[in-house]
Amino acid sequence: MSILVSLFAVIALVVLSIAGASVLGWQYILGVVLPYAAMATFVIGVVYRVIRWARSPVPFRIPTTCGQQKSLSWIKSSRLDNPHTLAGVIGRMVLEVLFFRSLFRNTRAELRSGPRLVYGPDKWLWAGGLAFHWSFLIIFIRHFKYFVEPVPSWILGLQGLDGFFQVGLPVLLLTDLIILTALSFLLLRRVFDPKLRYMSLPADYFALFLLLAIALSGVYVRYFGKIDISNVKELATGLLSLHPVLPDGVGTAFYVHLFLVSALLAYFPFSKLMHMGGVFLSPTRNLANTNRRRRHVNPWDYPVAVHTYDEYEDEFRDRMKDAGMPVERE
Amino acid sequence: MSEHKPKPEELAQVEFAPSPRGWMDPTVEFRKGTWCYSAVPETLEYLGLPNPRRWQPTDHDWKLPDNWREIIVHGLRERLRKYRSLQVFMDTCVRCGACADKCHFFIGSGDPKNMPVVRAELLRSVYRNDFTTAGRILGKLAGGRELTIDVLKEWFYYFYQCTECRRCSVFCPYGIDTAEITMMARELMSLVGLNIEWICTPMSNCYRTGNHLGVQPHGFKDSIEFAVDELEEITGVRVNAPINRKGAEILFITPSADYFASPHYYTLLGYLALFHEIGLDYTWSSYASEGGNFGLFHSAEMVKRLNAKMYAEARRLGVKWILGGECGHMWRVIHQYMGTMNGPADFLEVPRSPITGTEFVHAASTKMVHISEFTADLIKHGRLKLDPSRNDHWRTTFHDSCNPARAMGLLEEPRYIIKSVCNHFFEMPENTIREQTFCCGSGAGLGTDENMEMRLRGGLPRANAVQFVHDRHDVNLLLCMCAIDKATLTPLLEYWVPGVDVGGVHEMVGNALVMKGEKERTTDLRGQPYPAKEDSRNV
Repeated sequence: MSILVSLFAVIALVVLSIAGASVLGWQYILGVVLPYAAMATFVIGVVYRVIRWARSPVPFRIPTTCGQQKSLSWIKSSRLDNPHTLAGVIGRMVLEVLFFRSLFRNTRAELRSGPRLVYGPDKWLWAGGLAFHWSFLIIFIRHFKYFVEPVPSWILGLQGLDGFFQVGLPVLLLTDLIILTALSFLLLRRVFDPKLRYMSLPADYFALFLLLAIALSGVYVRYFGKIDISNVKELATGLLSLHPVLPDGVGTAFYVHLFLVSALLAYFPFSKLMHMGGVFLSPTRNLANTNRRRRHVNPWDYPVAVHTYDEYEDEFRDRMKDAGMPVERE
Repeated sequence: MSEHKPKPEELAQVEFAPSPRGWMDPTVEFRKGTWCYSAVPETLEYLGLPNPRRWQPTDHDWKLPDNWREIIVHGLRERLRKYRSLQVFMDTCVRCGACADKCHFFIGSGDPKNMPVVRAELLRSVYRNDFTTAGRILGKLAGGRELTIDVLKEWFYYFYQCTECRRCSVFCPYGIDTAEITMMARELMSLVGLNIEWICTPMSNCYRTGNHLGVQPHGFKDSIEFAVDELEEITGVRVNAPINRKGAEILFITPSADYFASPHYYTLLGYLALFHEIGLDYTWSSYASEGGNFGLFHSAEMVKRLNAKMYAEARRLGVKWILGGECGHMWRVIHQYMGTMNGPADFLEVPRSPITGTEFVHAASTKMVHISEFTADLIKHGRLKLDPSRNDHWRTTFHDSCNPARAMGLLEEPRYIIKSVCNHFFEMPENTIREQTFCCGSGAGLGTDENMEMRLRGGLPRANAVQFVHDRHDVNLLLCMCAIDKATLTPLLEYWVPGVDVGGVHEMVGNALVMKGEKERTTDLRGQPYPAKEDSRNV
């Protein structure tokens, strides 16, 4: 059910953009208005969300410690998994953000008869997630070549590396292959693992279908659409310089691709895709475990009712005296 | 204990077949053995908590205030503004499923709503419905659920089926901490009077008498003196255990179970022997006679209210710093909350071992040191005369308690001590120790007998790892540094792994410690005769 709703939603987006570009003559809307609107939504939305997160304070320092604390001088502490310095925290965050350190720990628990619980390493989710995110990043960077003239040599270098195997014409880019494989894997595990299917919401499938549609339309444009790249570049640089132009001959497929990317941008701030920003603000990861060494202040701290020693002694004084215990007041 | 207790082989038949229809339907069945009794009104009244009344989760009418929904939604809004953790954790989960099989309750029950991600979704769905644009417009399609009475009942069931152990947060790519979410949900439920007895009675006891068990000052003194007598019988050494003594250098605070429950008691004997042997200038306190803090399982405010006594007492008695005993959640509070909530402790001095001169600079702000840090330092400096062979009848393993492991990182100190005082020590499998340690299944206030089936299920992963070292290395003693562990692992192992006892780290220290002027020991601290000293026929 969740799967079908999301699939139809993405198909509807594709059909809409095909109709818009080929029949309804929405080139200006698809090529100029929506990209601008989507970009604005993205920027404003992401900033708003991050500000909303940042506005809530961190009252307590609550790192999840995944290694030995820094305590006695002769005990080796775990600098990255239980950081006690800023450098350690940065190291932990870098490993988390760039290499999905926590996911790398993943295991699979299995209850066998006996009962006997066995745990095996499970790197598939880590590998699939890493493959998707890194290929997405490289593809994103590769796309700069459409926006700048002359194209910086490092982008060309990156693309050269990406097409290292020199297969096909246009040259097959590895990241295109990887992103499609990784997204398919992430989708299939959601569909076929009963636990995953149980927890998945339409939004989970929608994001995957949308990304798959973007990747597929991009692949189509590059390898099969035979469109004139210089026209695409004219449109892209026009958008970037705020002097939009609509060149001929970019083709319906390109408008579909552009529309889906616009949809992703506009959807981003309202969705779970915001995990991109959230990971940086997670108090269990981005704080040093120095709780006993340095005092952490809670900005909204307030006085609470306590049971004072005097009240305690007032209640129990006689019994304390009978038991020969020292008291403050006789 | 519930009347019908299934056999281990029955209980281990766990069905992992989540409904293909998903989790949105909030219906729960309060089946005997899987939930805890509600708090009696007297305790709530004593603590000034809202909506005291008699009710039980199995009642149809939970006697909530008319505006319960507004109270909770308002409370959620307030907490989203006060806690970045909550706001970020509500927004960033991608439901990748990495946490799913990390939860001991999920592994032991197969109930898909015990997957940490889904437990969080129970609250998150209400958040989406009431606080996000997509949820307001699309409702269920965007994963939103209206807060109905059934949803609230479901919260009660599942947020009291989480021990706040944080194991899932180790594996989460965004560090989402279910403990944090459970804590918020429990606070929200408490606002409308949904509390459990096993948490609230210890809290109100602790507030009044200084300890969870409600032991009054003279009773406290009796207990300690009884232990002193007992230790003398075993070792021949009469130790001094001062109570409420002003001007002592160190205040010692430990969970009340240590002086009232078994096998905690043997750890208490260990402390007493150790402090005497090194000539520690210290005092016990009857007012601060509890290290644990069941407020942690209720609300941040209760944590602060109950923990305040520690610094207050340290100030009154004029000590220089505070030493803390073996406890799990106590150390989450002391390590992660105490300085912030009850500090600054600027009237105390940076803790310094009077025996070795070591400055515990890592506790320079809170001025409170864990006893395993203190003892490890003593052993490292060769200040203790130890005879590990006195523990040769034990083949030991060590259970990392959730809080010292994942909210502190106290991993090596206890191991160093154990290896110094025991000749036979074996680690459990690596996926079940250190930061990946499995909960006893009864933490966070769930260690009550009416909840026994769920406790046995939740404790299965821990027990199973013990079984592994029991089978392979003949391990017969599970050591731990947590009062709840000592209390709850005992029945857990009786059920799953008969033949393995539970003990404390300082019990082992007490056994091995060679004291000046002691008599030849014929028994260990448990009063068990040493096999070698017995008639050979009995061996």
